[in-house]
Amino acid sequence: MTVDTPGAAAAASPATHAHDNYLTAGRGLLSWLFTLDHKRIGVMYLVGILSSFFLGGVFALLVRTELLTPGPTIMTADTYNKMFTLHGAVMIFLFIIPGIPATLGNFVLPLMLGAKDVALPRLNLASFWLWMIGAVVAVASIIMGAVDTGWTFYTPYSTTTGTAVISMTLGAFILGFSSIFTGLNFIVTVHKLRPEGMTWFKMPLFVWGIYSTAIIQVLATPVLGITLLLLIAERTLGVGIFDPALGGDPVLYQHFFWFYSHPAVYIMILPAMAIMSELMSVFSHKHIFGYRFIAWSSIAIAVLSFLVWGHHMFTSGQSGLANMVFSALTFSVAIPSAVKVFNWLATMYKGSISLDTPMLYALSFLFLFSIGGLTGLFLGALATDIHLHDTYFVVAHFHYVMFGGTVIAFLGGLHYWWPKLFGRMYSERWGRIGALLIFVGFNVTFFTQFVMGSHGMPRRYYNYLEQFKPYHQASTYGSYLLSLGFVVVAGYLLHSLFRGEKAPNNPWGGATLEWETSSPPPSSNFAHEMLAGDPYDIESLRFDPETRGYVRKDPGSVLLTRVGA
Amino acid sequence: MTSHSESHHDPHLAHHFESPAQQYQSARLGMWVFLVTEILFFGGLFCAYAVYRANHPEIFIFGHHFLDKGLGAFNTVVLICSSLTIAWAVRAAQLKQIRILKLMISLTLVCAFTFLGVKYVEYSHKWHAGLLWARSYAPQVDHGDGDHGATPESVQMAAPAGGESAAGATAAPAQPAPATAATPDHSNIAPAATGPAGLAVEAAGGGDEVVAEPKNAQTFFSIYFLMTGLHGIHVLGGIGAMFWLLFCARRGDFDTGHFTKVDMVALYWHLVDLIWIYLFLLLYLIH
Repeated sequence: MTVDTPGAAAAASPATHAHDNYLTAGRGLLSWLFTLDHKRIGVMYLVGILSSFFLGGVFALLVRTELLTPGPTIMTADTYNKMFTLHGAVMIFLFIIPGIPATLGNFVLPLMLGAKDVALPRLNLASFWLWMIGAVVAVASIIMGAVDTGWTFYTPYSTTTGTAVISMTLGAFILGFSSIFTGLNFIVTVHKLRPEGMTWFKMPLFVWGIYSTAIIQVLATPVLGITLLLLIAERTLGVGIFDPALGGDPVLYQHFFWFYSHPAVYIMILPAMAIMSELMSVFSHKHIFGYRFIAWSSIAIAVLSFLVWGHHMFTSGQSGLANMVFSALTFSVAIPSAVKVFNWLATMYKGSISLDTPMLYALSFLFLFSIGGLTGLFLGALATDIHLHDTYFVVAHFHYVMFGGTVIAFLGGLHYWWPKLFGRMYSERWGRIGALLIFVGFNVTFFTQFVMGSHGMPRRYYNYLEQFKPYHQASTYGSYLLSLGFVVVAGYLLHSLFRGEKAPNNPWGGATLEWETSSPPPSSNFAHEMLAGDPYDIESLRFDPETRGYVRKDPGSVLLTRVGA
Repeated sequence: MTSHSESHHDPHLAHHFESPAQQYQSARLGMWVFLVTEILFFGGLFCAYAVYRANHPEIFIFGHHFLDKGLGAFNTVVLICSSLTIAWAVRAAQLKQIRILKLMISLTLVCAFTFLGVKYVEYSHKWHAGLLWARSYAPQVDHGDGDHGATPESVQMAAPAGGESAAGATAAPAQPAPATAATPDHSNIAPAATGPAGLAVEAAGGGDEVVAEPKNAQTFFSIYFLMTGLHGIHVLGGIGAMFWLLFCARRGDFDTGHFTKVDMVALYWHLVDLIWIYLFLLLYLIH
């Protein structure tokens, strides 16, 4: 293979890296908006997704503030219905589904493969543009009277309410295609752009996780697309497939919706688990434990994710047999999830653990995801679900998984790859303070919801009985603490962009390929052909006090296999 | 990207691929995965169809008589021919036979436009007859109340519809296609002739009241328009892609034996064709 350096900077050597990086490769807004560079697209996604997270967070704070007292606090009941719907829809469709794959996945996956880009760069850009168009259409619904159906758009209410359901669902439809194209691109990239010597079981586990996610994105999202189209047709034309007055079946909508949206839950959590596998190994400075089990468990979760959607309809009049089958299948998801958790624990065992900020998030994940996962079993059990269905217990459960799992791992990954993304180190001390605030704030917010849910507080209610007041208030104050944590994180991360210390190539001691290139990487990713070896050969690295980063103990290490002809 | 690929001797090789083979394989895998998403996309509609038909078979039995089997069959043949021509186009691109390539793409386009033309005729029949989706459903011929027969056309449909002519009912289904195909201008009448006739046959075997229009009959037309409409949009997409191929052929993209683009469009077109075959079976040829 000839060394091909795109652009003007021909034959860049490691010494000239500092002058050639993807951030400075072109100037002006258009050089970003029309870039085909996966790294720039990843960064643009990051900006878009964090903006959505901010927007969704504002809605969440408004909801929590309203619930400070029973009855009206700051808004009317109708506004409250719109606020929790917008919180859910923005967080799910704009933030958490594209979240990790489109940002960190886009940036890191080709680097981990030693590739110059994703396989289909134009499609990657198209996916980003679709995301932007979808986001605008979805957010436009706020101006057009917002939506008050809850993020699930259940019929028959969604076909009869006067709010802007069409705009929001059309937005979600377009965002779905953005997600499909991202997933499709990653599947092709993983299949076709792996370097020679990197067999399937020498891929980093992050790649395994993103690959499993991509399979779900590609197979499940089209069904959401057609479901939302049918919903739009139902509203505009009165088609009647979901309308019992016309012989239709509203529960069919729920089946369609959850056929996508339950696998979508794993679109959210699998990339988080993918990040966890990297963090656990790197910050324990130890080879990952049970590599093949973790890899296969990602695939197992992807497969099982398609077989459990019915557990959302235990109380919707599904047949008893279907309930029983879906319940059993739901329990089976716990197996691959637990396989991962135990392998991470075993990785830490006798490791040399560094409690850097990313590892603090990883430990938070272990704790919070375990609670979120185990409470999922309560809900998957038929008898307890009757009691807990549509209570705050459910709300707390999925926030422990989605927030305590996905968002926490996303933060961990963001801190882990931040030096690679922008070439700057953030303040470690503030990083730890931020992680602590978020951990405490999160638990205060949502653990109380488990308690009030099990006492019977229904979800989505504007008003509540006096007995729930202490829980609601604790939850609201917790959400303020949580927001403070995010303000801290945003503060020091932004500060680091301008004032941060220059990052070394490998600040944490990771052995995957992205740490072999400079921080930030050049436009062509690597100055020379890449070498593929064991991605968890972390013990072959040593700390170099001079650069304050990790370097190979033996640069010509035999563990590395030369790639290319 | 174009500036990047200039450093290669092969102008079609993007900078991040090592070989044309790798690039071709990537495009091909990407296309196949895309086709999988398309199948799932249509799958939702097929599923809705299946559920609704299982719950309300009478609506489908009633409604399908208003579809013109002759035109549907003709369109099926047209699309199958277009699959042949586009496959031939791929072969021509591989062999660098640019003239044949252009001819085959043009023929495929002719087929695609023929398909849409016939679809236009079918849609306008239903438009005039008021056989539309959901709320717009306002059939201009009423069935089963037996008081028509004023015009010769409506005799055809009204006689069996009234349930009084067993002879007409048994005769009509024998040659439904010629009857309908022969009268494309009398939109609202001809399909109806085969419609109630078919029902009347069943009625002769089983009961008396099946000739009446079932409740929610409009749902059949909702599903019909949703499914064929979504398919039609895909046909339009294919037409756009084929014009693009012609443009690329003129520009000389295929002179070097680079046939990836043709191959991708062909794969897509085959799927469009395949979905139509299922639509034809499920909407036109049911009993």
